[in-house]
Amino acid sequence: MTDPLLSVQGLEKHFPVTKGLFQRQVGAVKAVDGVSFDVFKGETLGVVGESGCGKTTTGRLITRLIEPSGGKVVFEGHDITHMSQGKIRPLRRDMQMIFQDPYSSLNPRHTVGAIVGAPFRIQGVKTEHGVKKAVQDILALVGLNPEHYNRYPHEFSGGQRQRIGIARTLALKPKLIIADEPVSALDVSIQAQVVNLLEDLQSELDLTYVVIAHDLSVVRHISDRVAVMYLGKIVELADRKDLYESPMHPYTTALLSAVPIPDPKRRAGRERIRLQGDVPSPLNPPPACRFHTRCWKVQEICKIEEPPLLQLAPGHQVACHFPENTPAAPDAMPAAAAQT
Amino acid sequence: MTEHFLDVKNLQIHFPTDDGLVRSVDGLSFQLERGKTLGIVGESGSGKSVTSLGILGLHKGGRAKISGEIWLDGEELVSAGAEHVRKLRGKKMAMIFQDPLSAMHPYYTVGDQIIEAYRIHHKVAKKVARKHAVDLLGRVGIPQPDKRVDSYPHEFSGGMRQRAMIAMALSCDPTLLIADEPTTALDVTVQAQILDLMRDLQRDFDAALIIITHDLGVVAELADDILVMYGGKAIEYGTAEDIFERPEHPYTWGLLGSMPRLDREPTERLLPIKGSPPSLINVPAGCAFHPRCVFEGRTGGKANTEVPELAETEGGHLVRCHLPREERRAIWANEIKPNLESA
Ligand SMILES: Nc1ncnc2c1ncn2[C@@H]1O[C@H](COP(=O)(O)OP(=O)(O)O)[C@@H](O)[C@H]1O
Ligand SMILES: Nc1ncnc2c1ncn2[C@@H]1O[C@H](COP(=O)(O)OP(=O)(O)O)[C@@H](O)[C@H]1O
Ligand code: SF4
Ligand code: SF4
Ligand SMILES: [Mg+2]
Ligand SMILES: [Mg+2]
Repeated sequence: MTDPLLSVQGLEKHFPVTKGLFQRQVGAVKAVDGVSFDVFKGETLGVVGESGCGKTTTGRLITRLIEPSGGKVVFEGHDITHMSQGKIRPLRRDMQMIFQDPYSSLNPRHTVGAIVGAPFRIQGVKTEHGVKKAVQDILALVGLNPEHYNRYPHEFSGGQRQRIGIARTLALKPKLIIADEPVSALDVSIQAQVVNLLEDLQSELDLTYVVIAHDLSVVRHISDRVAVMYLGKIVELADRKDLYESPMHPYTTALLSAVPIPDPKRRAGRERIRLQGDVPSPLNPPPACRFHTRCWKVQEICKIEEPPLLQLAPGHQVACHFPENTPAAPDAMPAAAAQT
Repeated sequence: MTEHFLDVKNLQIHFPTDDGLVRSVDGLSFQLERGKTLGIVGESGSGKSVTSLGILGLHKGGRAKISGEIWLDGEELVSAGAEHVRKLRGKKMAMIFQDPLSAMHPYYTVGDQIIEAYRIHHKVAKKVARKHAVDLLGRVGIPQPDKRVDSYPHEFSGGMRQRAMIAMALSCDPTLLIADEPTTALDVTVQAQILDLMRDLQRDFDAALIIITHDLGVVAELADDILVMYGGKAIEYGTAEDIFERPEHPYTWGLLGSMPRLDREPTERLLPIKGSPPSLINVPAGCAFHPRCVFEGRTGGKANTEVPELAETEGGHLVRCHLPREERRAIWANEIKPNLESA
């Protein structure tokens, strides 16, 4: 197999929780707690899970917007986990992030031209026909009018602002884009425009994506492979078809069963799995299998022993003592070993 | 007079502003019976929330210009006094909001808020009202209601807070419940719990329920009838089956094409609507949807001059479009439906 473009190994982020005048540390939010996955060139890896499970933190760790507490981030074979800001700068061009909120991530006092052109200036990149021409080309590429170069963000609709956000990340021809909830603030008709744009740009510019989202339908549409997170851990990772058609982790099954289906005829007949309660706090996650407080298949062992993430079918990893839809003769091996 | 439990006739809610007149709701009519659920869907800014606040009389006394009729159980509310409608709120009709924190007082316990709401309409001892509050919290699925009744809103998780607000809304047995994006802020597993709860409660209370959302999946789960709004007007109105199985409006087709679906094989591409929803200060002339409509050219130049009527196509299914009925049906069958299913 070819080398991955991005490899995340045992990544951890523990936010300290402090108390009192002297900011004494009284605990830690284990926002990301031992996450490993590879992303290969040209593919889209989707990351799903409910709010607070660590999706955004994972994205920010990969792009080095925050420092990990443990684990490694390897990009194109280089361990960038502890690389100094000076050394990492050229790599920043290759790895960009798109944010959920197209409003707050754009400076309201800068024109679109200045926003999209900033990366050229910051990175001191030479352009063949000047920065303005380069920016206008990118605006056209993302479906914005190049003549709107001198307009300000507030003059654009929500969908157009997300296009500006995307244009900004494309300026330096990145290889990898981490998109954190890129469409969840948008109306459904606009969501579809932006999803199509992301797909077009991927094939045109040979991009690799990590798309983080809570919407399971959007993630299925856009991804080649999908990772499901729960309380800071990956509980299942598989090809899209395998994950959606034969999920192995009870949490994945429950998530899929909870999605409302736009078909009134199916209302009555649908088999539903209903989880009790909300997601527990990551400040005090349940021991062993973190899902055991909500799982309908829970047994004694689930409360004592943490299930490792194992590869139970080709390319299909799951962390559960009692997985579903397993192939007839499982020859399980640890996921880490299976990757190499 | 009217024989319907809720009958909204030609409702208009306009706001005069410095920038011009905002036509938030512009001639909306619908009916609803007890025990039934109406879903109102549309993109942001289409007038959904203004409609719900209007029914509850919450625009009264403000700068809104309101006309038309709202008949609730034989009483007309647009012409009724603000004080009278205020009394009906809580007693006969109640609202469930997207953000429970904005609907609850942060410094009072959840129990005290339910008790107070209950005692406005029922002259009972505090103890009796408290018992009622505990019962309600239990009914909406809050564990240990006799303890949680003394908690403050911020001590609840998101899903539990939503349940507490539903308990508050139910405190006086309302017969009309309006839920405006009740699950939009919730995670999908919690959303499923709340939708189940609302379905159960509506049956138990035999209430008329209006569920307002931008999510077609959510209305398909709950609604008997669906009204699709665009630019302050209904553009399609029918049973859930009408809207999902034989939709006839190009905007409804666009919404369906924009939506990736888990219940079907994935399609290669989504089929979005071009452009973005209109501002309600500058609603496009003629058919408000015409700047975004791919079929605009097929309506003989009428699309941008004449507002189409909301007309019956068959069996109470209403559509606001200049295209002749037969042509719409042919387009749906031949050009739209096949593309919504994967190749
Ligand atoms: N800067 C921070 N300090 C403390 N806790 C944080 C910080 N950022 C995120 N968290 C916590 O980490 C957990 C994971 O958050 P996040 O990665 O944003 O989840 P998601 O994107 O999946 O919703 C949450 O419990 C969140 O409150
Ligand atoms: N009090 C108000 N004054 C002026 N305009 C308003 C007021 N309330 C709502 N609007 C406008 O009415 C339109 C419809 O809003 P709303 O009903 O909230 O839409 P939605 O369908 O997203 O719920 C929007 O353009 C909004 O800006
Ligand atoms: S390990 Fe046990 S509790 Fe955890 S998901 Fe599997 S069956 Fe459920
Ligand atoms: S009236 Fe014309 S523009 Fe409007 S929806 Fe119908 S076909 Fe489209
Ligand atoms: Mg997030
Ligand atoms: Mg609204």
